[in-house]
Amino acid sequence: MKFRTFTYNVGQGFKNIARNKMFSFASIATMAACIFLLGLFYSIGVNFQSMVKDAESNVAVTVFFQDGMSEDDIKAIGQEIANRPEIAKMEFVSADEAWENFKKEYFAGKEDLAEGFATDNPLANDAKYVIYLNDVSEQDSLVKYLEGVNGVREVHRSEITAKTLSDFNNLSTFIMIAVIAILIGVSIFLISNTVTVGISVRKDEISIMKLIGAKDNFVRAPFVVEGILIGLIGSAIPLAILYFLYYRLVSYVQTKYKVISTMMDFVPVNTVFRVLLPVSVILGVGIGFLGSRLTLKRHLNV
Amino acid sequence: MIRLEHVSKTYEAGVVAITDVSLHIKPGEFVFIVGASGSGKSTIIKLLLKELAPTHGTITVNGRDLSSISHKQVPIFRRNIGVVFQDFRLLPDRNVYENVAFALRVVEAPKKEIKRKVPLMLSMVGLAAKYRSLPKQLSGGEQQRVAIARALVNEPKILLADEPTGNLDNKNAWEIMRLLDEINKKGTTVVVVTHNMDIVKAMKKRVITIKKGSIIDDNEGEV
Repeated sequence: MKFRTFTYNVGQGFKNIARNKMFSFASIATMAACIFLLGLFYSIGVNFQSMVKDAESNVAVTVFFQDGMSEDDIKAIGQEIANRPEIAKMEFVSADEAWENFKKEYFAGKEDLAEGFATDNPLANDAKYVIYLNDVSEQDSLVKYLEGVNGVREVHRSEITAKTLSDFNNLSTFIMIAVIAILIGVSIFLISNTVTVGISVRKDEISIMKLIGAKDNFVRAPFVVEGILIGLIGSAIPLAILYFLYYRLVSYVQTKYKVISTMMDFVPVNTVFRVLLPVSVILGVGIGFLGSRLTLKRHLNV
Repeated sequence: MIRLEHVSKTYEAGVVAITDVSLHIKPGEFVFIVGASGSGKSTIIKLLLKELAPTHGTITVNGRDLSSISHKQVPIFRRNIGVVFQDFRLLPDRNVYENVAFALRVVEAPKKEIKRKVPLMLSMVGLAAKYRSLPKQLSGGEQQRVAIARALVNEPKILLADEPTGNLDNKNAWEIMRLLDEINKKGTTVVVVTHNMDIVKAMKKRVITIKKGSIIDDNEGEV
């Protein structure tokens, strides 16, 4: 195809959108509605998962060591444990810190009652490591490992919390994938249907072009350009609305409802759009492109 | 120029359109193909455009056996044949100028050539002043003249017209026929399918009569 023919066809693609206003409007509206719903659900899902992950990151395993071990020995074991891949971070709490924390919690306002233990730390053998995991579902394997480490006396874990969170995370991921897959399926069906109808009503125009001697690519090009443009516009509109709404909503909640913002961190809008933007544009443009190409194929055999 | 040898066409549903048709149209001839509705006249035009393939027989147009033309080559083949239909088949959303220019754009003609040829063709069919009108703003006769201009702008050797006056009143029908006659006099081979016997009789050209898919009369050599 010569360059002037290419530019002519691109121009015709733009003009076709204006020439077929109703079809263009219907296609763009269908696409925008589908992508808006997809984006909305994705944004909610991503935040929900982030909340669960947040909760997970607070689940810890506590490791106590055998009586009489020195702090240096315990820290040496700690270095060995730190190599495990399941571990996100670990904190060492010495026997003195453990006693200080205990006092703050249980002797607040009655500090004189603790004076009797001034020289005899009752938690002398309670130096510990508090270990946070990358993924709570790995708690079992880590605990099994820790229980086998020489010098470890006891391992505390919250099995129910970890299991609940892990199950919840799996379920929410499954639901999110399922709903998004259904939404993408419905979007492909609705959008390609609109594109198909829009092209089918112009089958006479296509047959005229073919009878005059137009090659398949010459007939196809403006329709494909039109499909891509509809895809671009149909995805850009809902994305812009979602970006604005998300940004405003998060700012509003963070300033007006500080309690909520202390309980959870919203995923930043740019993080959400890092995935949502390419997926939506590829979906819109891809369906516009493929829909118009496949539909035209049926009408080109003139 | 056009040769059909023992050509038959049966549609998929088993409907027989033409049976064992043989004819030869020489360069520069003006030929009418006449017959009642459903006699197979339009099937012949579709076969000549390679819109349909024959069930049996051989068709040669411009020296090429149509069975040897692949799907990819069909557009190139059609560019040497002008075609005019009863329902004009103009692009409804493009003006007169763009409808005629479209035939040049499909052959990727340079802009300069388009700017030179389109006004010339529109002058020839008497529509130079209406180049900006949309098809729906024109009368039937005017729309058919635009279709003729589009069919001829690539200077084809053959012009096929399928019931070109079928949607026109008598006055417009005669104007179109005179135009086709002028085009023929300039050297283009013209084949007109029609059932308007008044015009056919008055034009005194070669007439091939078809009935139930077979040629029953051909006055070749009598005109």
